[in-house]
Amino acid sequence: MNSLSCHYQDAEDLSAAFPGLGRRVVFMGDETWNDLFPGVFSQALFFPSFNVRDLETVDNGIMKHLYPTMDSDEWDVLITHFLGVDHCGHKHDPYHPEMAKKLTQMDKMIQGLVKRLKNDTLLVVTGDHGMTISGNHGGESELETSAALFLYSPRALFPSAPAEEPEIIPQISLVPTLALLLGLPIPFGNIGEVIAEVFSEIEDSQPRFSALAQASALHLNAQQVSRFLHTYSATAQDLQVQELHRLQKLFSKASADYQRLLQSPQGAEAVLQTVIPELQQFLRGVRAMCIESWARFSLVRMAGGAALLAATCFLCLLVSQWATSPAFYFGPLLKPTASGLSGAMVCAGLLASTGLKLDSMVLGAMAAVGSLLPFLWKAWASWGSKRPLASLLPMPGPVLLLLLIRFAGFFSDSYIITEARVAPFLLISLILLLVARLHWEGKLLPPKLLSIPRLGFLTPAGPPQYSAMHAVGLGVGLLLCIRLAGLFYRCHEETPVCSSSPLLSPLRSTVDGRTKNLWYGACVGALVALLASVRLWLHCYGNLKSPEPPVLFVRWGLPLMGLGTAAYWALASGADEAPPRLRALVSGASVMLPRAVAGLAASGLMLLLWRPVTVLVKATTGAPRTRTVLTPFSGPPTSQADLDYVVPQIYRHIQEEFRGRLERTKSQGLLTVAAYQLGSVYSAAVVMALTLLAFPLLLLHAERISLVFLLLFLQSFLLLHLLAAGIPITTPGPFTVPWHAVFAWALMATQTFYTTGHQPVFSAIQWHAAFVGVSESRDFTWLSAFLVGANTFASHILFAVGCPLLLLWPFLCENQGSQKRRQPPGNEAEARVRPEEEQEPRMEMRLRDAPHHFSAALLQLGLKYLFVLGIQILACVLAASILRRHLLVWKVFAPKFIFEAMGFIVSSVGLCLGIALVMRVDGAVSSWFRQLVLTQQKAGEQSSLVCTGAGLSARKAQPHLLPPCSQDLLASGTSLFYNSRS
Amino acid sequence: MKDTDIKKLLYTHLLCIFSIILSIFIPSFFLENFSILETHLTWLCICSVSVTAVNLVLYLVVKPNVSSKRSSLSYKVTRFLKCCIYFLTSCFFFHVIFVLYGAPLIELALETFSLAVILSTFTTIPCLCLLGPNFKAWLRIFSRNGVTSIWENSLQITTISSFVGIWLGAFPIPLDWGRPWQEWPISCTLGATFGYVAGLVISPLWIYWNRKKLTYKNN
Repeated sequence: MNSLSCHYQDAEDLSAAFPGLGRRVVFMGDETWNDLFPGVFSQALFFPSFNVRDLETVDNGIMKHLYPTMDSDEWDVLITHFLGVDHCGHKHDPYHPEMAKKLTQMDKMIQGLVKRLKNDTLLVVTGDHGMTISGNHGGESELETSAALFLYSPRALFPSAPAEEPEIIPQISLVPTLALLLGLPIPFGNIGEVIAEVFSEIEDSQPRFSALAQASALHLNAQQVSRFLHTYSATAQDLQVQELHRLQKLFSKASADYQRLLQSPQGAEAVLQTVIPELQQFLRGVRAMCIESWARFSLVRMAGGAALLAATCFLCLLVSQWATSPAFYFGPLLKPTASGLSGAMVCAGLLASTGLKLDSMVLGAMAAVGSLLPFLWKAWASWGSKRPLASLLPMPGPVLLLLLIRFAGFFSDSYIITEARVAPFLLISLILLLVARLHWEGKLLPPKLLSIPRLGFLTPAGPPQYSAMHAVGLGVGLLLCIRLAGLFYRCHEETPVCSSSPLLSPLRSTVDGRTKNLWYGACVGALVALLASVRLWLHCYGNLKSPEPPVLFVRWGLPLMGLGTAAYWALASGADEAPPRLRALVSGASVMLPRAVAGLAASGLMLLLWRPVTVLVKATTGAPRTRTVLTPFSGPPTSQADLDYVVPQIYRHIQEEFRGRLERTKSQGLLTVAAYQLGSVYSAAVVMALTLLAFPLLLLHAERISLVFLLLFLQSFLLLHLLAAGIPITTPGPFTVPWHAVFAWALMATQTFYTTGHQPVFSAIQWHAAFVGVSESRDFTWLSAFLVGANTFASHILFAVGCPLLLLWPFLCENQGSQKRRQPPGNEAEARVRPEEEQEPRMEMRLRDAPHHFSAALLQLGLKYLFVLGIQILACVLAASILRRHLLVWKVFAPKFIFEAMGFIVSSVGLCLGIALVMRVDGAVSSWFRQLVLTQQKAGEQSSLVCTGAGLSARKAQPHLLPPCSQDLLASGTSLFYNSRS
Repeated sequence: MKDTDIKKLLYTHLLCIFSIILSIFIPSFFLENFSILETHLTWLCICSVSVTAVNLVLYLVVKPNVSSKRSSLSYKVTRFLKCCIYFLTSCFFFHVIFVLYGAPLIELALETFSLAVILSTFTTIPCLCLLGPNFKAWLRIFSRNGVTSIWENSLQITTISSFVGIWLGAFPIPLDWGRPWQEWPISCTLGATFGYVAGLVISPLWIYWNRKKLTYKNN
């Protein structure tokens, strides 16, 4: 037996059987075989096959060793895999002179082999594919899928001369034929049919014996196929039942005939004549049935689903455009949905009553279409004159280009396999583009620098909101974070030469105690840093001062959770080293600790939902100081400008003095309520929720992923800051989140999916997550499925819940911007031109001032995020359906689609939860305001309310009169002040 | 702005393109086994040197900007040294950016650095020639309404198209075609070169096309 190359999957079964049965297999050729069948060969010569241009290395290497090995008799099976012809096809084409050279060389090689063949040896020459006119392959055309098969033995093989037009034999028939010829059992999963002619005994010259040999080979084959069919049909229901019964009957009849033939060898010519066709008929029937049920695609459903998805994406786009228009209201959104759903219900009722059977899938699709159609109709109707065509493409060009690149990437198997590198690439490009655009628009440098000194002045595009170093530092930090997170990389199973990062393995597997301790220290350090940074952030915005229960939980519960996590890691990584009498205790604790942490997180979330307003209220007596002018000024005025500046100040000072005296006489002890941290009340809740979610998710991962989680928080913080630099705050609305922000957020979610050690293939699912906090004796239940799902889609959950931050962050950063502007104290000129009515940063309270715009912006943000995710899943769907005959569809495209679809569902749920959380905070803030007003009214005094933007210390007191936070406050006669912390 | 200026610009750009073409063909007469793909680093060096030389010569001949009044030798020397430092800094800067973008840190460091060198040649050298070691002026050119002459405008266009070219050059790398030009950093250098050449071709045309709309502040 020589030169064989069969379909990998079957060959795997076959080659696995070789060593067990004492066959010596010698291989020479393409080194890919080493990866595919490690340890199978008794002797092997591998040659590098990576370079497609290299036509000679592999072939010449084989030629050098082929004949000596053949003569040496140290083999039972000798496999050679020549690559030159294939490479030559790729490099040139089938009609190139090089190809002629290559083919002549192969001819000579075969001639040499034929000369050396012994009588008991079979030479098999075949290829695993053909090639197109251009010399490539991988598609489904006949030229690509058909290859030559050449069988030769010095003994006569075939009873008659082969036909002029040779028979076509399915490739899967090679496996059973070769297995039987080698005396090996046929692999279990085989549905091929042995090449019967090869089994005939020509030498005996008795046609009966040769027919009998053929029949027994076919019968062995049929028995194996029947066993497979039996097992398969017991577990899967996708085979046609009638056909199955017919085939089973056919097999039992053929089997009975065969038994009869064996028992009465004489006079059974007629039986023999029927047995062989019957067995062949059975085998072919099974093959046809399996092919039909396994490779069946419903094109109508594919097209329908893709169209539905595309229409939904379009709808998201459309409504997200409408949401910001001033005439927008929520009514039209609900009506079509309701009408569509009711229509679908009526349809379902009609169908049920008339007894028509219909798939639930089709029904769901009809409901979706029903709710979509009114929308599209409305869009179509309102389009006409009012809307310009440009609103079809609302995205700025570069973002659209990046989105298109990402869309197209899903159609390439290479891009899906290397997506772990492609997504950060696109993300980094987007970030650099953002920084470059900020510079381009002159937001980074003061206009002085940009103008030409000779000409003096260039129209300034407003003062720079952010210093150049600030934005560039943010960008570099982000790039560094992304690059560092890229170190945690798991290989896709289809990547040829690749090794996963050792950082992804759990600490338990580290042998060296010292490194283990070091890594453990690093992980705990990351945990502490994560906790500290969240606390620091809350402290910075003052939300840590509130006496509300969630804040208390953050102060005391979070460290407890961190402690629990660290202890669990210690137990999990060192469980093997525990002394035997403590084993039970350790295993008990390693089950209880994750449960405790998850319980704490859940109770924290409950607290957060119960009292989401994290505000410190302080009632103080004493009039709020109305604006005092704080400009350092000393010495006599020297110029007219100075005079212009000083005189109004003196006037105002005197005015204030008078007013103060008047008020003091009127009412002693004016009550002031100061509420701090209102400015970050929404984002504080979201950040707390994210932290609480991150801990249980972190427990489901390997220890060292905690570093990735730290990087995740850090890089999303940096990204939000960078994005906020480019988003102008439009008061009083409408508020929008630009597309590039949403796209960057989605890209970062994808990137984090990979850096937390995942790949969209089933072999990369981290099953160990199912045993975190679950005693090991349990079977796989819904809880395990939930845990594994949470592990796999951790990044989707976190980023979807954190999505509202994209809307909130620019308002948070408003604080910093104004602070920066105030900071340089020596800059008198700037202090002078500062408008008198400059307001304290009101931050997220701006959102509350325009509740209608706020909810519209939330809706728009959600729709935009869904649109970006929807585009990704649409690309996956299209790729999987268009490339359904692709070589890698079951290895790459279909798993990618499944993971993407699951991720989409998880993300949508997370997004709804995140938005719901923000709305809950909003509701709580409203009721808080109402309560405050009521208590003030009860007190019956003229009082003023001071709301505080941020709790930054080291700032001078500058209370300002504030446009009302809510109308009822004004109506109640309470004057509302906005105060910064003194 | 006159048409003669645009013509001058076009001719200098054609000379630059010519120098790149020469750097592809001339070395094969002197060096054995020379080809862009096989001896890629050699070609990179030659291309970089020739583009630099042509840029310098053109700068000295054409003198697009008003020459400084100071012409003492020490001033010129410090200016030249400053230019060298700027060039090296930009090389290291690009190298760091490539590594952050995902280039391997230790393996193939020489290749990555040579890519940084060629990109600096296409972007930093023209900046140095036209504006001198004046970082603020560079920043001005790459902002809206920052250009003051057709030379600066064309510099803006060629630099941006070089960046776009090198960025596009990274896209074939993950594909499994197994072509030799997909290896790091060949596709990127080719992309940068194509981008630079495209910028050289496009910028005079674009300026000619928009000559009515373009009004520079100092003209």
